[in-house]
Amino acid sequence: MVNSQLKRRTPTLLNQESRLAFWMLVPTFTVVLAFVIFPVIWNVWLSLKPVSLGDLRGASLFKFNLALENFQKVFSDPDFVQALLTTLIYTVAGSTLSILLGLIAALLVHGEFPGRGLLRGLFISPYIAPVVAVAFTWSFILDPQLGVLNWLAVDRGLFAQPIPFLSQRWWELDLMGVRVRLPLALTSVILFEGWRYFPFAFLFILARLQAIPDDLYQAASVDGASPFQRFYHITLPQLATVLSTLFLFRFIWTFNKFDDIFLLTRGQAGTKVLTIKVYDYAFGEFNIGASSAVAMVLFAVLSVFLLIYFRWIAKDP
Amino acid sequence: MSRERLEGTIIRILRVVGLLFFIAIVAFPFYWMIVSSFKSLEEIVLKPANLGLDIRKIDFHAYYEVLFRHGFLRYISNSVYVSIATVVLSVSLATVGGYAVTRLHFRGQGFMSYGILLIYMFPAIVLVIPLYVIFSRMGLRDSINVLILVYLAQTLPVALYMLRSYFQTLPAEMEHAGLVDGCSRIGVIWRIVIPLSAPALASVALYTFMIAWNEFLFAFMFLDTPEKFTLSRGVVQLAGSVHLSKQLVMAASVMVTIPILVLFFFFERRLVRGLTAGAMKG
Repeated sequence: MVNSQLKRRTPTLLNQESRLAFWMLVPTFTVVLAFVIFPVIWNVWLSLKPVSLGDLRGASLFKFNLALENFQKVFSDPDFVQALLTTLIYTVAGSTLSILLGLIAALLVHGEFPGRGLLRGLFISPYIAPVVAVAFTWSFILDPQLGVLNWLAVDRGLFAQPIPFLSQRWWELDLMGVRVRLPLALTSVILFEGWRYFPFAFLFILARLQAIPDDLYQAASVDGASPFQRFYHITLPQLATVLSTLFLFRFIWTFNKFDDIFLLTRGQAGTKVLTIKVYDYAFGEFNIGASSAVAMVLFAVLSVFLLIYFRWIAKDP
Repeated sequence: MSRERLEGTIIRILRVVGLLFFIAIVAFPFYWMIVSSFKSLEEIVLKPANLGLDIRKIDFHAYYEVLFRHGFLRYISNSVYVSIATVVLSVSLATVGGYAVTRLHFRGQGFMSYGILLIYMFPAIVLVIPLYVIFSRMGLRDSINVLILVYLAQTLPVALYMLRSYFQTLPAEMEHAGLVDGCSRIGVIWRIVIPLSAPALASVALYTFMIAWNEFLFAFMFLDTPEKFTLSRGVVQLAGSVHLSKQLVMAASVMVTIPILVLFFFFERRLVRGLTAGAMKG
């Protein structure tokens, strides 16, 4: 009854509009429901069942035999903690590096000079180019047998022998008598991450730099502030919001990044992050259930960060 | 020298050094990709440290081999088809949907805006296994058209969000006039909204094209039959099958990179607007 009362009170025009809006949004809803919402829910189901890659044909896929077995397996895997740690190092270092490079690039390109547009275009290209192409090009450059970097460095006497940047786990370094062990492949992958994603930070920081009012700088100049002081006391505070938002976004996306590491190292040599575990469980061990359980862990972490984003950052536009 | 002048000089020097550094690290991989693709296998193996390219020794053989022996002619046409289909579907649905969200009044309007953004944050790696399972089960996995639908779902939320922001800046008066004159809503969209939004539509189209053209994960997981491969999928296949012949992989990489970079340099401003508006996932 409440429903019909409501209907009577709503003007017909508004009602008509609602119906039209519904039909205009149905295609979008259907696509999103089928290819985004449904897989997320379906993933919960799969993560709670013993499903192997061979079970995709039989009836067991829909059988109601839920258990926490997959999570037990995933969490008791000795690799799990290591993968989580690797993911965190990769994410924090990769996000920080890409934002730092983006900040420097934006400061360099900011201002008026000939060829600025061209430079801006050039600086964005690592981000625009297909990941397969740039990943294979960098693997080729860094290759220990045929890579140009290793050959040039060995020819010039910089390296005693070629360094397998993407296939060696540790690199022993002698830093003024102190022996340091550098996670080599992980560092290479982080540097790639910085190279490929700095344009993202660059674009946003550049846009923000251009929005800082000129009178702020002029007033500071009149007051005798030097260029470095102006940067420290005006530019940096003005960039604080965009930098923190960028860090959150890059953190979320790097945490869930699969393509880059998969193409560069396949997760070998100490670069096994959680997203690679998702793939390895499914196609290395044929264990769809465990794979889905790792995906659930990724999703849980993502949810926490999305909550932070929508609670504190998206509130004030 | 005053502090002002001293720091000014330091900044100028740092700027030149910094710009040169960035130009080098950004341009070199692309330069190397192109140069290597024109070398012969002999050159690649025997002179790996040769930075230049001997004009007289330019070798198109890698392109010939990749195009005709490794099926890249087919992959190019597949990629073009997939990308254009994604653009057409995504832009049309986003136009209609974006218009509804901006101009029509209905319950749950506010929820929509947040919902769209939320959807766009979902990472592909979380979606790919469940989709793999269900498509395998239904026998739909190894299909270009299913891949297009997945790309549509990946791009539609951002496309809709970008167009919504643009539609909000358009004056509603013209549309009202159109409605009073007896235009239907669809007529209003077709005759008034679309012509006024050409620049925004172009940004969205470019953005969508780029996502579909560059996509790797879904194409890699879903496609089994070589006849259905997209370029990205084809490059991965090729890289796994040749060992020393890096010039082939580089030629294939050039083929997948050049179209998107050319498109980008032509429409740089448009795409930059699309990227910053949509804050492309990546």
